[in-house]
Amino acid sequence: MSVEASVQAGAGMRRRKKRSLAWWLLQAGKYLLLIVLSASFILPLYWMAMSALKNPWQVYAIPPIWFPVPPRWSNYWEAWHVDNYNLYALNTVLRYAIPVTIGSVLSNAVVAYGFSRIRWPGRDVLFSICLMTMMIPWQVTMVPVFIIFKRLGWVNSYKPLVVPAYFANAYTVFMLRQFFRTIPTELSDAARIDGAGEFTIMWRIILPLVKPALAVVALFAFMGAWNDYMGPLIYINSTNLYTLTMGLARLSASLNQVGVKDLAYPYLMAVSTIVTLPTVLLFFFAQRTFIEGIALTGLKG
Amino acid sequence: MTVLALKRLRLTASERRRLLTGLLFISPWLIGFLAWIVYPLLASLYYSFTRYDLIRPPVFIGLDNYIDLFTRDPHFRVVIPNTFYYVGLGTPLSVATAFLLATLLNTHIHGRPVFRAIFFFPAIVPATVIAMVWKYLLNPQFGAFNAVLRALQWRTIPFLTSPALAKPTLIAIGMWGSGYSMVLFLATLQNVPRELYEAATVDGANALHRFWHVTIPFCSPVILFTLVTGFIYGFQDFTLPWLLTGGGPNEATEFYALHLFRNAFRFLRMGKASAMAWVLFVIIVVFTFILFRSSSRLVYYADAGE
Repeated sequence: MSVEASVQAGAGMRRRKKRSLAWWLLQAGKYLLLIVLSASFILPLYWMAMSALKNPWQVYAIPPIWFPVPPRWSNYWEAWHVDNYNLYALNTVLRYAIPVTIGSVLSNAVVAYGFSRIRWPGRDVLFSICLMTMMIPWQVTMVPVFIIFKRLGWVNSYKPLVVPAYFANAYTVFMLRQFFRTIPTELSDAARIDGAGEFTIMWRIILPLVKPALAVVALFAFMGAWNDYMGPLIYINSTNLYTLTMGLARLSASLNQVGVKDLAYPYLMAVSTIVTLPTVLLFFFAQRTFIEGIALTGLKG
Repeated sequence: MTVLALKRLRLTASERRRLLTGLLFISPWLIGFLAWIVYPLLASLYYSFTRYDLIRPPVFIGLDNYIDLFTRDPHFRVVIPNTFYYVGLGTPLSVATAFLLATLLNTHIHGRPVFRAIFFFPAIVPATVIAMVWKYLLNPQFGAFNAVLRALQWRTIPFLTSPALAKPTLIAIGMWGSGYSMVLFLATLQNVPRELYEAATVDGANALHRFWHVTIPFCSPVILFTLVTGFIYGFQDFTLPWLLTGGGPNEATEFYALHLFRNAFRFLRMGKASAMAWVLFVIIVVFTFILFRSSSRLVYYADAGE
């Protein structure tokens, strides 16, 4: 990082001597472009948060109102109670996201360990099979898997969404394996000579070293469950088991039945904002983890 | 072959022990692989030759589902070009957007982390919310876009309600949410060795030359990776079109995944849905193969010698 910075500083010094009008124009153009692009990326979400605060007469105003005065803060409270969103939020977190996160971290860590830290005959063949499964579209297995869960009597429960998370998945195994491979084998060998079993080595030595990678797995698993719509759409029928995403889709489908018709859109945007908020907070607190995780999934194995 | 297999099975005691330990560690994946991939693959292949509504047992009908799809089904004839349009145009455009954004961020700018966060932001918003927000923004009567147009006394644009515009609109929303690939590209761009640029500059290359002859070749493996995964996921895209347009207007956005879902869980045609899934599988495998084959000369691997 410091090398890069000094190289950049050096380049800057060299440039400073001959800064021409063209250079300044280029800089101005670059920042203008960045600002215009930033605006177009952020405006839709700004519009969501602002629309959530509008009074009925502000919704249809032309030209559109960019900042509603006075903001109608009560939209949030009212919208949240149009439907049983407290229950949906609890379902999403306690029945779905947290169990999936735990299962995903545990199973993927163990499997990735087996694929990278132990040398055994046939390992690399099985791993390439594991990688190949990433190409299979979920639709191919969707019908039989649904039938399996139906026969088990698991439809209309969270089991079909949660249980598979405890059996690892190729993408995450691949990512974690990349991390595990960076740790020198001598570390494990030394522990083996001391008579430590493989599980002890993993639990005591390796896993503590890859905590940031496990955080990436946990983050992606949690976000995946929080954002998931199709899984619950297939498996959950009873409204008392709905997730937030399903509740949001339900609100959108029944917009005209919402008590105060003129507030339908502010309500929809208010719930949307609340559903987005945790992902935004997670992102800001764990930005590094996110960025590193994505950068790592793209590296060649 | 048999001799080879036997030789491979003749393991020393230590090898056998390590094999058992290894298998024990990967057993969660192995069980999941058998239960949720191997068996379903075979079962879905079998179902694709049957008529099956989940209530009565499956009835074997041979190739009828496949023949039906390609000769009689009036929807499938629309779904295929829809999907190819959406994926064939949308994926390269999203990848290009992500790459250009990353290139822009990789220049010497102040506040790079802020801009990176802003460009990445739409990618973490739940697809359900994205659908709600854009449905509202693009609403022909009171959406913000058309309200602005109307305030300027221009004609309003039926973004999602006209069959001609619905697909381009969905593609544009996809480009807006291409932050994941952008982060990936940015990480790659920061690894381009500076010597390469310096050498090119010495040879008299200008910025555009350097971009074309240094940056792009160096990043080509990651571009290929992003394109391939983009195509694979694009073919399976469901939530956004399902909630935003529901396949409409007039089936203009009835994409493969939507149509398959409809057949399986709305019409309970499990056999036909399985046949569709296998056709999709073949399409994806062929697509991936062609992409890798045709790109082998275009993609540059820095460590090809290893």
